[in-house]
Order: sequence, then structure tokens, then C-alpha cells
Amino acid sequence: MEKRLPIEVRWHGRGGQGVVTASRILASAALKGGYYLQSLPDFGAERSGAPIAAYTRISETPPIDRGPVYEPDAVIVLDASLIGQVDVETGLVPDGTIIVNTPDPISSSLRKLNLAPGQQLWTVDASQIALALIKRNIPNTPILGAFARCVPVLDIDTMAHALEELMSETFPPHIVEANLKALQQGHDHATKIKVEVVHNV
Amino acid sequence: MTTTQKPSIKLPAPQAINGGEAVAFAMRQIDPEVVAAYPITPQTFIIEKFSEYAADGLVNSEYINVESEHAAMSACVGATAAGGRSQTATSGPGLALMYEMLWVASGMRLPIVMHLCSRSFSAPLNILCDHSDVMGMRESSWPMLIGASPQEAYDQAVVMPTIAEHKNVLLPVANVLDGFTVTHSVERVEVLPDKVVKEFAGEYEPDVWALQPGSTATFGTLDANDFYFEHKRQQVEAMKNSLEVVRTQLNAFAEISGRQMNLVEEYLLDDAEVALVVLGSSEGMVRAAIDKARADGIKVGMLRVRLFRPFPVADVRKALEGIGSVGVLDRAIAFGTPGNGLLQDIATCTRTMPNRPLLMDFVYGLGGRATPKQLFRQAIDQVLNMNETRVEPDEPAYLGLK
Repeated sequence: MEKRLPIEVRWHGRGGQGVVTASRILASAALKGGYYLQSLPDFGAERSGAPIAAYTRISETPPIDRGPVYEPDAVIVLDASLIGQVDVETGLVPDGTIIVNTPDPISSSLRKLNLAPGQQLWTVDASQIALALIKRNIPNTPILGAFARCVPVLDIDTMAHALEELMSETFPPHIVEANLKALQQGHDHATKIKVEVVHNV
Repeated sequence: MTTTQKPSIKLPAPQAINGGEAVAFAMRQIDPEVVAAYPITPQTFIIEKFSEYAADGLVNSEYINVESEHAAMSACVGATAAGGRSQTATSGPGLALMYEMLWVASGMRLPIVMHLCSRSFSAPLNILCDHSDVMGMRESSWPMLIGASPQEAYDQAVVMPTIAEHKNVLLPVANVLDGFTVTHSVERVEVLPDKVVKEFAGEYEPDVWALQPGSTATFGTLDANDFYFEHKRQQVEAMKNSLEVVRTQLNAFAEISGRQMNLVEEYLLDDAEVALVVLGSSEGMVRAAIDKARADGIKVGMLRVRLFRPFPVADVRKALEGIGSVGVLDRAIAFGTPGNGLLQDIATCTRTMPNRPLLMDFVYGLGGRATPKQLFRQAIDQVLNMNETRVEPDEPAYLGLK
């Protein structure tokens, strides 16, 4: 694995999509990878459907910042309808990566993204994968799989291991199994989109 | 916090848990006879997790989900007076509702442990972190330790009962962790084996207790103008005694964990000309601002006060010796007073120093307002300016106010 640490990730989604859980699974995977980690929700009253954010930090030394991530190395958007409503790309570093859950790589939402040429855009239809495998639109685990592919810090096996351990505490084996499959499919189906293509459509 | 030599015991795997869960983890290991609490944000995880432990039979504790925080502390008072170990957890408004019983607990000299997850006071309604609640209980005769990370929340939670129950102390104690920034922050937490924590915490063995057969002791009785004054004077001694007990117990904890905590934590103070003084989890961002300022050639350091009550006067004086100017970071407003809480403490303890540092106060982070390192850098620049002009402002500066 190519290491580029420390790394700061900002998650955007809506209450109920598993944003905080996904951030936590990523942090647990970082622990398994032997790193220091931090996962924290953006603090507000959490309501189903409301825009929410969470932050993950992975580093080789203990974290000192316990505030919001202002300059993320990666941004993960679990709900494309937030684009244009929330400035999801704000502060993304010049060579940063943004991953969006969408069925349509050239959708109108993506065109609202204000990205620089050095920034990478990936899409994955995480909702479809979740609906097919988990039978609910909780796109967090497929998009974690996509993250493992797009941001080479932690490999998919470490991610799977962390997911299995964390979910087994509260979910029956068949749900955990479905999520593991969703993780793998998210990884396999992530697609890199040329930023210029999005802007020219 | 510095890391000393690693202990030789085999350690469990580090956990990826948040500050609240880390405290609950320590509570499970200590297994107090009674835990009574009323759920409130952001102490959320402590009681959620501990009640799970109780429901799963992982602890022997009697877990009482009471009807209010006043009742929570009352239940702890009753349980500990009856000879049992008791703990609770709360935040901001919950602490306010408990206020009467805080004084009952300390006045009855009952070694209760409370985990206080700091939160602002309403109104306007706000569930996020500041130190209004911390300042609200500072005179209630509870020794208070303020940690800065989930790791420290765990470490302090392990040490707390041994401070409270020490024969020279016998006071309730508060383990303070910042709401959300520590309670909800999932981080790598090194935990100790259950057996090691149980041995360290020992058993609560009171000399007298309410349900002691044949005892003539009485608890919480009327104490009018005959001996009330003397009892309060004794509390002064108990608070004084607790300072060295805290030091000793933090050192003893370092022996078993390899993690040294101190009454005050210093950062780059040795050659510093100016300094910032801070409580709690903002220390990380302050250190980041200091690193940046140091790179620009500014000789600045930080003092973090861990033992907030009793205030470690000698340690603070020693740390600030030779510093020209100090900025004090207050995360709560003491309305109408000549200085906010931490400034009052620092001003009082530095006033007799031969070359006392000049002081200025900064209010920051109220109601969870994020304070990035650039704002602390502004504070450093203002303190430097005061160090040049030698004029101390009467009014505090407000960092990050819109």
C-alpha cells in the first residue's frame, strides 16, 4: 500500500445513511493497519434525512486536532442531492479525491461540483449495491469499498476485517455477510471520472 | 503527556473507542457497587455502554436509571454512605440539576466518582462543549481532573477512586472530559488488563458507614451553628491533602501503564518568553499554534492545568517562573466578575511572584465554537504585543467571535 499519511477525510451524507458508522469503520480499519486514528461526527442534533458530516483522521502519531476537517485529502458524498446545497468540495486539497454515490457518472449534480484539474473524481452506485445486497438504501459500506480503491491508505482486507468485527457486535451474520459483499462490490465498481468530462457535459 | 518506559505486563489490544466508551470500559473494570445516572448528551456513551455491561451481566453493579440528575447524585450519596462504591456521569444542565447534591456529597465526605462531560448551559439551547459546568462546580469541594483525550479520560477514570477513597481525602471527585471533542471522538485507546485495574483500584473499605452493624455513626445530620463551621474547615484540609494524593496516584498509575500524567502539563515552557494557559482538549490545537509560532522564531510555550481543583498553585507558579506574559484561555464566561474563571485562578496564584507575568484573558469556544490553530496564533500575537507594551488589558479578548 502506498502510504500518504496523515490523511484527513470528510464525510457528507444525510441522517440514516450510516455516515458516522462508516467513519468509525474506517477508523477501526486504521487501528488494524497499525495507525493512530480519529473519527468524530460533526456535532449537531442528528435527525433522519438532515445533512450531516463526519471526519476521519489517520496518522502515524496521536491526533492533536479534535475539530472539524477544513482541508480534507478526501471527501466522500453519500447523497449526491447534497451537492449544490452543501459545499462538499470546500477546502479539498489540490490533489485530493472526491467520491460520490450516484447512479449516473455525468449527472447534473456532479456538474455543480467545483473541482480543479488536479483533483480526482470517482463515482460508485453505492445505493444500488446496498439495495441489491442489504435490501436497504444504506450506502455506507459500498462507498467504504470504493474508498479503499481510490485512496490507497488501507487495503480492502483490512477494511473488511474492521467492518466484520464492528458489525458483528450488533448485527446477525447474514447482514454482516451482505455488508462484506457490498464492501467488495463498492471497491470493484468504483469508476474514475475525468473532471473535464463532468464540466463539459 | 509523556510516555515513560513500557510496563512488562501483557497488554490487551488497543481499542478504537471514543472517550465515553473509554470511561465505561474503565467503569466495567472497576465494577462499582452502584451506578446511578440520568441520560444526557454528551455523556451519552458512558451510560449507554455501562447499562449494556450491566444488562449483559459483565458487571456486578446495581445500575439505577433514576428520574433526574438530582436523584442520580442522591442515589450515589445513599449508596456510598451505606458503604458501597458509586459512580455517575452527567453534562451541563444535568450537573446544574445535581448542584444541591454536589455539596451534600462533599459535605458528607463521600468518595463518589462522577464523570463530567463538559457542556454549555442553556439558554439558548446548546448541547456542545464549553466549561460553564466545570466552572459551575469549582467551589463545591470536589477534586477535579480535566483530561484532553479519550486515552486520558480512560486513564483518569482508573485513578479517580483511589484519590477519592484515600483516608486523607474522602471527597467526591470529578473526571472531566470535554463534551463531543473527547466523548464522541473515536481514537486509539490503550487499555490495561481487567486484573491490573482491579488491583490498582482495590476495594472501598470505609472506616465508618451507615449500615455498619453496631455503629453509632450518623450521616447528613443537622449541624447548625455549633459545628458546621468546623466541618467546612476540615473540608479545606481534605482538599489540600488531595493535591499530593493526586500526584502520588498519577505516579503510581504511570508505574502500571507507562503513561505519566501530571498536575500540570508543560509544553516548551523552558525557554519561553510568553505562554498560553489552557484546560482540556483544546491543548492540541494550542500546541499546533505554538509549533507554527516557534517555526517563526517566537519563544512561546503552553501550560495545561490538569488538576483544576484543588488548583495546583505551587506547580503553576513554578511552571510560569521567568515567563514575561501569559494569555489565559477561558472556555466559559463568569458574567459580571473582574475576570473569567481560569484568569481568576492564574491571577490569584501569580500575584505574589517576584516578577509576576503580565496576564490577559481570552474567551474561546463557547457552545462548541470550533477554535482552529489560526485563532490561537492570534492569541499568541496579542500576548507578544502585551509583552512589548507592558499594558495589561482590563477586558478579555474574544477568539473566533463573529
